[in-house]
Amino acid sequence: MSDGAARERPTFTGPREWVTYRGGLGMLMWGLHRIAGLGILLFLTLHIVDIFLLGFGKDVFNSLIGIYSSPWAHVMDVFLVFGVLFHAINGLRIIVQDFAPRVMLAEHKLVVIELVVLFVIFVPAAWALLAPLFGG
Amino acid sequence: MDVAFTIRRYQPEVREDPYYETFKFEAEPTDRVLDGLNHIKWHMDGTLALRRSCQHGICGSDAMRINGKNGLACKTLLQDVGAEVTIEPLMGFPVLKDLIVDVDPFFEQFKKVKAYLINDGPEPDRERLQSPEEAARYGDTSKCIMCGACTGSCPSFWPGSGFIGPAAVVQAHRFMFDSRDEGNEERAAALDGRDGVWACRTVFNCTKACPVGIQVTRAIGEVKRALTWDGS
Repeated sequence: MSDGAARERPTFTGPREWVTYRGGLGMLMWGLHRIAGLGILLFLTLHIVDIFLLGFGKDVFNSLIGIYSSPWAHVMDVFLVFGVLFHAINGLRIIVQDFAPRVMLAEHKLVVIELVVLFVIFVPAAWALLAPLFGG
Repeated sequence: MDVAFTIRRYQPEVREDPYYETFKFEAEPTDRVLDGLNHIKWHMDGTLALRRSCQHGICGSDAMRINGKNGLACKTLLQDVGAEVTIEPLMGFPVLKDLIVDVDPFFEQFKKVKAYLINDGPEPDRERLQSPEEAARYGDTSKCIMCGACTGSCPSFWPGSGFIGPAAVVQAHRFMFDSRDEGNEERAAALDGRDGVWACRTVFNCTKACPVGIQVTRAIGEVKRALTWDGS
């Protein structure tokens, strides 16, 4: 069989099936990294849009900015902080692994360290964001 | 024990699309998944197509997806996967029939990374010697049986966008870190690019799928380092 013919054959798998692969912790962290990255991208796009609205006058801009001070915006901020922290700290773990391949033997320990650092920073930050909602 | 094997079938001469078919039979907990597949082929449905050769975890012919995770059918015991077993061909590979995938493109990647000893220096009178420490440097990656379980488990490989895959990098590692080899510059063309080692996202699926226990992600990391700093 020729190479050309071989490459045209279908694999019958796509994204819907890829997520069913049982890769465990490493694949979960890989997936969350991408979801967090897309979330941050969405947030940046939102900012570009609201600055763009300035061109339509003071009232239009103020009406959108007003939404940011609502209680729901505070809850969304918590998600944003989590996403940014997760993406940043998980990214640092990947960089550490690439610089020192031998640490890859301790993948699970690295993830535990990562999650501890993440929550040490995230919990106070989330508290600071949510406390005003409860009169704090 | 009563077992149920649900197998993803693809019989291009009968049906255009793949489909799942379940076979129920009795087996011992200590039987291997391959024993079950052989039972189906020999006693229940002779049209089932699968590859197997040595059947002892050496030839690497029967890598497949067993209950969602890649492994060798001949090294996976039923007592470890349970009575309900789902068996599918390796992901990211073109499927030829049932569990048989086209490995031609897979082996093409081995040629790209020149997975053989390169040394244009003067030939010694006797064999090229190296110390046990020098041999140990690539000992882990020399265990590779080229089954494709790692490459078929890699999210960077699945879309078919050209990533050479973990198995080819493991083969490159085996020679890059061999003290007798001098071909690293030639190999860099295939390894040092977006389709080379840099497509690796350190997901670790490959390490967990390897049936001979190679630290695949670590080996890829060492190749990344070598390409960056031209050393180990």
